Amino acid sequence: MHLSIAGGLPCRMCVLLFSNDKMAKLTIKRLSPEEEFPDLSQHNNHMAKVLTQDMYTKLRDRATPNGFTIDGVIQTGIDNPGHPFIMTVGCVAGDEETYEVFKELLDPIIEDRHGGYKPTDKHKTDLNPDNLKGGDDLDPNYVISSRVRTGRSIRGFCLPPHCSRGERRGVEKMSVEALDSLSGDLKGKYYALKNMTDAEQQQLIDDHFLFDKPVSPLLLASGMARDWPDGRGIWHNDTKTFLVWVNEEDHLRVISMQKGGNMKEVFNRFCTGLTKIETLFKDKGTSFMWNEHLGYVLTCPSNLGTGLRAGVHVKIPNMSKHAKFEEVLKRLRLQKRGTGGVDTAAVGGTFDISNADRLGFSEVELVQMVVDGVKLLVEMEKKLEKGQSIDDLMPAQK
Amino acid sequence: LYGHSVQPFQGNFCPHDLMYPDSADYPDLRKHNNCMASHLTPAIYAKLVDKATPNGYTLDQAIQTGVDNPGHPFIKTVGMVAGDEESYEVFADLLDPVIKERHNGYDPQTMTHPTDLDSSKLKSGKFDERYVLSSRVRTGRSIRGLSLPPACTRAERREVEKVVVDALAGLKGDLAGTYYSLTHMTDQEQQQLIDDHFLFDKPVSPLLTCSGMARDWPDARGIWHNNTKTFLIWINEEDHTRVISMEKGGNMKRVFDRFCTGLKEVERLIQEKGWEFMWNERLGYILTCPSNLGTGLRAGVHVNLPKLSKDPRFTKILDNLRLQKRGTGGVDTAAVGSTFDISNLDRLGQSEVQLVQTVVDGVNYLIECEKKLEKGQDIKIPPPVRK
Repeated sequence: MHLSIAGGLPCRMCVLLFSNDKMAKLTIKRLSPEEEFPDLSQHNNHMAKVLTQDMYTKLRDRATPNGFTIDGVIQTGIDNPGHPFIMTVGCVAGDEETYEVFKELLDPIIEDRHGGYKPTDKHKTDLNPDNLKGGDDLDPNYVISSRVRTGRSIRGFCLPPHCSRGERRGVEKMSVEALDSLSGDLKGKYYALKNMTDAEQQQLIDDHFLFDKPVSPLLLASGMARDWPDGRGIWHNDTKTFLVWVNEEDHLRVISMQKGGNMKEVFNRFCTGLTKIETLFKDKGTSFMWNEHLGYVLTCPSNLGTGLRAGVHVKIPNMSKHAKFEEVLKRLRLQKRGTGGVDTAAVGGTFDISNADRLGFSEVELVQMVVDGVKLLVEMEKKLEKGQSIDDLMPAQK
Repeated sequence: LYGHSVQPFQGNFCPHDLMYPDSADYPDLRKHNNCMASHLTPAIYAKLVDKATPNGYTLDQAIQTGVDNPGHPFIKTVGMVAGDEESYEVFADLLDPVIKERHNGYDPQTMTHPTDLDSSKLKSGKFDERYVLSSRVRTGRSIRGLSLPPACTRAERREVEKVVVDALAGLKGDLAGTYYSLTHMTDQEQQQLIDDHFLFDKPVSPLLTCSGMARDWPDARGIWHNNTKTFLIWINEEDHTRVISMEKGGNMKRVFDRFCTGLKEVERLIQEKGWEFMWNERLGYILTCPSNLGTGLRAGVHVNLPKLSKDPRFTKILDNLRLQKRGTGGVDTAAVGSTFDISNLDRLGQSEVQLVQTVVDGVNYLIECEKKLEKGQDIKIPPPVRK
């Protein structure tokens, strides 16, 4: 089998040969797999639940075509034992092939993390916003803002834990070229982290757009923050409703957002923007990493499939104190967070409510769940305000 | 289907690396102020980037910490580490000029480093305890044949722990002691080690974490100390071992005696099992950070100098004595009150005996200055000591 690298990339060697019966072997001196096996006795993450000595012994002799190894995959999970209450994934992909080469480890993790998703399952992609019913009328007295985010990886480049500086710059260059050709409502500007002026930086902070070098050890331990801020930046459209992060935890994070409850408009813009960007990449001879089993391929296994988190900031002080709040969320397949994002606490009864799932449901299905679910939560809030019961509004398990 | 490149690849060499010209990978060092950035030209980068040590350690790994930590306008950090003993050979084109800059002109290509652990040669070495509160000598040692903390595998790190702990178990008399593994220590042991100021934590400094030396924490890390708490060894922190001899008070002679005896005894014990320390006559003892080559030795005191420390000539006096001041919390801390940590500036190019003598002579001079100022007498800036 013969692979040639897509045209347009500067390269000195364009051909890699693949073979069925030879595994990539590393010639570094190493001791036995028993001596190398990590101590996971204090650990509580998906990787630690799944990784056995036998599995490690088998996977240790493999590497992806880009030289990513099992130790690279699991380092973040070894360095971050986890929390008794929160179950982190504990591993990352260094390239698209990671999910194939280390499938013995990653498939059970994916199954556990994504509600029983099997290695033989197929994932549906649907970015047609016309398929969303309603969503334009969430009550703005309760719904303060609406947001949809996802990630995309550019095929042919390694992912943030493993990419070289040259690759990361290649991702940036290609992405900025594509984004610069957007027009109309989507026309915007790129701000490279290393070149921005103090004034630009302050504006981006005030807009809540600026992302910092990650401080979470979950991210740092995977190596994705190397060479910061080289190759990183933020692009947003002039109306500040469509934002792209370049080379943070993923090649691209794409965010559509606006104040108020018109999720339909947010999702429209999301789909339009993504589809346009994808077309631009295809014109350049590449595409997003995607396959029919895992959907869109991203750095963290938790973001496979749609990589989509659609959410609102919503005022539900009464509902959030109700004994059945967690149960309602569970049945609606929704998740709550504080308004500072993941791992923050809610402030004053205002919550970030979003879809809990990523893989196994399409984009339209997930946004529909959020739209319908938030609508119901607001109805319940209104009832509780009036001192009425919400028992007859309890939803069935989705 | 699993892929492999046309040519067998070694260690961390990745086929995709061939796709990008070296200039695309050359780091952006325009905002950087560290020794690595001062010497890594695009030409040197291109020459070294495709090389790897026999253990598979690469230039990109060696310089990662310097790329990630641009430095400070006033403090010039080294900006690179070694992943194994061979790094200092394979990447000599970069490391030699870095070493030369950091170690005051020491040229590894032409000079040899003297090792001398004969503490009987130390003259005087007992300080006035009205001024000197404590005395300490530290160094590091690496076990030959095992990769250094930035690059070692878990099994190698565990092997370092085993080799060193086995050797320490053979120490007797004043040196007999106990090992406390970070993974297995009880809460009580932990509290005692904290109270004794012995416990080291997982590093938080990005200078260290970016090099990869904190991977798998706390696996195979630990602290050993003798029963009298005057001889202490850290295992698998920034180096394979850090060896510390210390006491309250001003008896630097006894501290240095114990230091030399302890080190030689540990060396004898590992040699019995077929191991040895990394050392060569070009660079002396090999450690992770190029700043610790040679002796890896920092001999210092906590000394109270209320009058001298306020004298505008204090810094110049220290410079001429080849001494360095730090706060009593260690590197990068400020002094509390007027108590300073004073130690030798140099590591490479002079022997252990020479460096400790420099500290002894220098601290005695500082105390003399303090006494003079107490009596209202004037002090003199000493001539620069032989470098």
